[in-house]
Order: sequence, then C-alpha cells, then structure tokens
Amino acid sequence: MPELTGWAVVVALLAATVGVITASDKSRSRWGWLLLCLFVPPALIVLFFLPALKLYGPGEQPWRRWVFFRVPISAFVLVLLFPFYWMIITTVRPDKELYRPWQAPNYAPFWTAHPTLDHIRDLLTTTLFSTWMLNTMLISLAATAISLFCGLLAGYALSRLKFPFAGSIGTGIFITYLVPQTLLFIPLSDIIRNFKLGDSPWALILTYPTFLIPFCTWLLMGYFKSIPKELEECARIDGAPRWKAMLYIIFPVAIPGILSAGIFAFTLSWNEFIYALVFLASPDQKTVPVGVTSELVRGDVFYWGELMAGALLGSIPVAFVYSFFVEYYVSGITGSVKG
Amino acid sequence: MARVAMRSLNKKYDEVHAVIDVNLDIRDQEFVVLVGPSGCGKTTTLRMVAGLESITSGHISIDDKIVNELPPMDRDIAMVFQNYALYPHMTVYDNMAFGLKMRKFDRAEIGKRVQEAADILGIGQLLRRKPRQLSGGQRQRVALGRAIVRHPQVFLFDEPLSNLDAKLRVQMRVELKKLHERLGTTAIYVTHDQVEAMTLGDRVVVRKDGRVQQVGDPMELYNQPANRFVAGFIGSPAMNFVGVRLAAENGSLWAENPGMRIQVPAPLKERLGPYAGREATLGVRPEDLRIAGAGDPGELTFPAAVEVVERLGSEILLDVAVGETTMVASVEPTAPAKVHETLRLAVNPDRVHFFDNETEAAI
Repeated sequence: MPELTGWAVVVALLAATVGVITASDKSRSRWGWLLLCLFVPPALIVLFFLPALKLYGPGEQPWRRWVFFRVPISAFVLVLLFPFYWMIITTVRPDKELYRPWQAPNYAPFWTAHPTLDHIRDLLTTTLFSTWMLNTMLISLAATAISLFCGLLAGYALSRLKFPFAGSIGTGIFITYLVPQTLLFIPLSDIIRNFKLGDSPWALILTYPTFLIPFCTWLLMGYFKSIPKELEECARIDGAPRWKAMLYIIFPVAIPGILSAGIFAFTLSWNEFIYALVFLASPDQKTVPVGVTSELVRGDVFYWGELMAGALLGSIPVAFVYSFFVEYYVSGITGSVKG
Repeated sequence: MARVAMRSLNKKYDEVHAVIDVNLDIRDQEFVVLVGPSGCGKTTTLRMVAGLESITSGHISIDDKIVNELPPMDRDIAMVFQNYALYPHMTVYDNMAFGLKMRKFDRAEIGKRVQEAADILGIGQLLRRKPRQLSGGQRQRVALGRAIVRHPQVFLFDEPLSNLDAKLRVQMRVELKKLHERLGTTAIYVTHDQVEAMTLGDRVVVRKDGRVQQVGDPMELYNQPANRFVAGFIGSPAMNFVGVRLAAENGSLWAENPGMRIQVPAPLKERLGPYAGREATLGVRPEDLRIAGAGDPGELTFPAAVEVVERLGSEILLDVAVGETTMVASVEPTAPAKVHETLRLAVNPDRVHFFDNETEAAI
C-alpha cells in the first residue's frame, strides 16, 4: 500500500509539472490549469507525509531514496521557499524591470540583471518603517511577556492542582481561543474606545493576550503534564514549598516548552493584522503588517518594491528567533523530559 | 531515627478503597517492606506517610507525633522514587544539595555532607555530571545519595530497584542492605518482588486488595503463612495447593483426593479435627516434596506422573500430575527423573499447610 501511494505521488508530481508547462503555453492553458488544480494540492499534502511512509531505508537501492525521498522533498521545499524568493527578488529589482509588461521581449520574471537597494532605502527614509518596526517589537514583546506569565501560572495550575471545575475551566479557556478574531474585534473595539485606549500601543498589548493566553496555557499545560510529577513531589519532600518547587524545578525543566510558547506567541503577535488595523489609526502608531499594507498601497497604486522590502525586513526578526531557538522549539512541541 | 505508627489508616478514592484499616507499628531502625501485587495499596500507603496523599481516615504518627496535616517538607523524611526523579537540569552535586539548600544549611556543611554521601555510595567522581549522562545504576545511587544527605528520620523507598536490570538489581539490593546497616535509619520499602521483600526486610508486610494479610519476619511468613494468599505469594516456585477431603479413620485423619491419600501429621490433627468429613486445601512447597525412598512411610507418599523436567542446575523442578491436579516438586539435581515416568513423591510431614476453603485462612 505505501508503495502505491509513493508511485501516486510521483505520477501526481509529473502531472503537476506537465500542468505548469502547459499552463504557461497560452494555446493549451485551460488543460494545464486543470491538471495543476487537480494534482498539485494532493501531491503537496502527500509529500508532506511521505517521509512517514518509510519507503526507503538503510540498505535500499539508491534510486528508491531518490524517487521517494530526495526528489519529492526537494520539490516540497522549493514550493515552500518560492514566496520568499519572490519577495527577495522583487525587493532588489529596479522599478523599470518591475513594471515592464510581460509581453516585452526582455521580460524575465525570475531574475534581475540590475539589482538595487533603492526600495529598501526608500522604505527606510520616506516611510515610517523604522517606527513601525519599533512599535511591533514593543507590542509583541509586551504581549508575549504578559501572555507567557499568565499562561505559565494557568497551565501549571490546570495541569497540577486539584480544584473544583479544573476541567471545565481548562475547556473554557480553550473555547475562547476558538472564537475567531474577525468576530471578536467588533466588541473589543467598543471596549477599547470606552477605555480610551484607541490608537495607542496599549490597545494591542492588552488585546493580543485574549488569544495568546489560551494558546500559551494549552501548550504549557501539555508540557507540564509530560513532566513526571515525582520531580515536584521529590522537591517538596526535599523541603521546598510549592512555589519554590515550581520556580526551581518545574520551570527550569519546562524551558523548552516555555520557549516554544514564547516563540509562537511572539510570532502570532508580530504577524497579527486585524486588531492592529482596527485599533490603530495614525501612521506613527502602526505595526509592520498594517503599516506596510496601508501606507504603501496608495489608491490603486502598489509600490511593489517597497512593499516587498517591508515584508522582507519585517520577517527577519521572526526568522531570527526561530532559527536561534529551533532545537528548543522542536523539543517543546514534541514535549518530552528524559530523566 | 524514629518510630512510625499507622492506626486504622484508610484511603478512599472516588471508586476505589485503596487502603483499608491498616494498623502497623514500625520500630526505630527497622527496615519494613510492604509487598503485594499491584493495586494492593502499598504505594498509596507509602505516599500517605510521605504526605503526598491525603488521609481519608485514621492517622499516621512519627515518633508519637501525629503528622496527618503536616506538609511533606516538615515530616523529616526522604523518599526514593521508582523513576529516581532526579532533577534533570541540575548536576549530581546540586541534586544532592537541593534539600540542604532548601533547609538553609551553610555551604561548607552542604559540601561536607554531599561529599560524605558520595563517598558512601561511590559516586564521588560523578558530582559534576548531569543525570542524563549517568547509567541506570548510577542514577539509582544519586537518588539514594539525595535521600541520605539530609539524615532524615525515615527513608521511604517506592520500588527503587524495579527499573534496573536483573544483575544490577541483585547488586543494589545488597548495597541497600549494607547501607541500612551502616546508617540504621528507619526505612519503609515498597516492592512487588517477594525476593526483595524477603532479603531486605527485618519485617515484611504482605498486602492484598488494600488490606494487610500478614506481618512478620521473612522466615515467619515462609514457615507459617497466615492464609493461602501469603502462602502462595511468598516463596518461589510457589506453593502447591491441592483440594482435599478430610476423613477420620481408625483414630487418624486422612487428607484424600482422587490422586493422593496422606495421613495428617499429628501436630495438625487436633486443629483439623472439626474439618473431618469436609473439604479443605492442602498446601505444600515444592522444596518440601522429594522422591520417595524405601524408608518413607506409605502414608506420606503418593504417585506422581512426571510431565516436565526443568533442570536449573542447583535443583530440578518436576511438574507432575497428581490425580486431576498438577504440582511442582523441587528435587536434588542428581535425582533420576524422566518425563512420562511415574514415581512416588514423599511429603515432609512437618511442613504441610491446610487452608480453610471459605476464609482461605491457615488452619
């Protein structure tokens, strides 16, 4: 059965490739698009699970490794990285090339002959981009800190203490996470107005925890549950009151979980769009996602170079945080403490 | 150094009555082992002594002081857990020093005590390592070290050897015994392994389904089991149980079933008298059966068909069919025994046990 799936993936990939080629040829484009739509999504989904199928292994013929692992995984990585490549290439591409019509004989969408840093310079000098970065950083850090603190205590209590309605409180917290922000921003904007917090960083610092706390609580709850309770019991017999056992034993052991909750919370608030769009109005209060999209799209004019430069610079801190803590982050998600 | 007493101790969870009316007096410096199959409430009892589990009713006292409401840290006990529960982010030294730091000992004293404990356990060269860099046996020693540095009044052990491989387990068992002789601290030890219980315990408490079945020193449990459960639990291979009917005849009492007919030994006759004409269970340990020789009186032997011969080197275990039941006999390694052969087995008359079929108590 896994054999069959493997071959199905290969066929789907081939079909998708044929689709791409045909779609780019105008005369046969309808069939190309059909092939693309039919085969690309399932191919991508199956590709994602392909390594788990274990179609290859030590001692297998090398071609199996290529067909079932290396080629599909490379294709997958290429697809995932393409938007980033597009972002970078658009950033460094001069306006003359960017706005060249695609029928032009020297049209080359995937490459540039004259890379330029003009867009980045424009972004940093003519817009408030550095202010937006600062705003976003401040808001994300503050919201993450608040959420992590509350999440830590709530997660610990829900996973370790016995008190009435512990289960239903846990579920209640989870349910608040399920309410979509696109609904929640309406009542929240009313509250923000009543507290006169509109158009200030506090509007976001105080509203982001509404979705970050449930998230952190649940992630940390799961992590705390994976820590053997004997560790804490031993600490309490050793003479530590509960808060000391928590501080000296449980929290240090839970660092991978805490870090991954922190990284996630930071990323979520860094990328958050709708609250920032609704609660902030003045250009100098905006965050990166909102600032870039609202200030660099004027009317129906898209300043693609600056937009992409903003997106590129805006994703650097998140990429940095992830690559720096990737090990902790992985063990935080898989959640295991080895004695 | 302390005495520990439990008085009508009970623990009820929502559905389960885990500990039922346990009364136990543990003397100063005594090594007491709680043993029983899983679910007998032995670990729960230990955790109640530690203060990790609330007490439903009854009380526990340490040195005549009732500790029911005392938090674990104030009971002056140390506990060794089955999974060792070493703090993974701390070095061996810090693991051992943690309890002392929490109790505000000064640095010099902590250093001295940790060094002393490390020397006793032979882990002096491991003090700078983290738990994950240690082998199972070394972790076990660190867990012991963490318990002994505090010089607590009572040691609690919760199946501390069950995560070790068989060879290491035997070795650590001996070391634990030596350690206890050296320190003399009162200890309560929980295990499901009857060999550990017999070898380590000054006294052994056999538990089943939340209740205490028998308390006694190891040989007492072996020689005079109070009931059928204890008789079957202590000793390996386990005691043989055979249903018999007791019949009085010519002034003597006979235990008989389709496969055997044995005269009840004189010392037991009086106690078994009321059972004449009724059913009972005869229990005899494999090591109390031997291949009958010419001198064995006929009223203590019975025919047995050998089904399996297990040669263990120091002894031979014979699985034999006796009438409708099967029994195991442990005979000397030189015994001439062949499969499918029928031979006569003799019972050691001083070492037969009878159990009531209803109450399962020893008669």
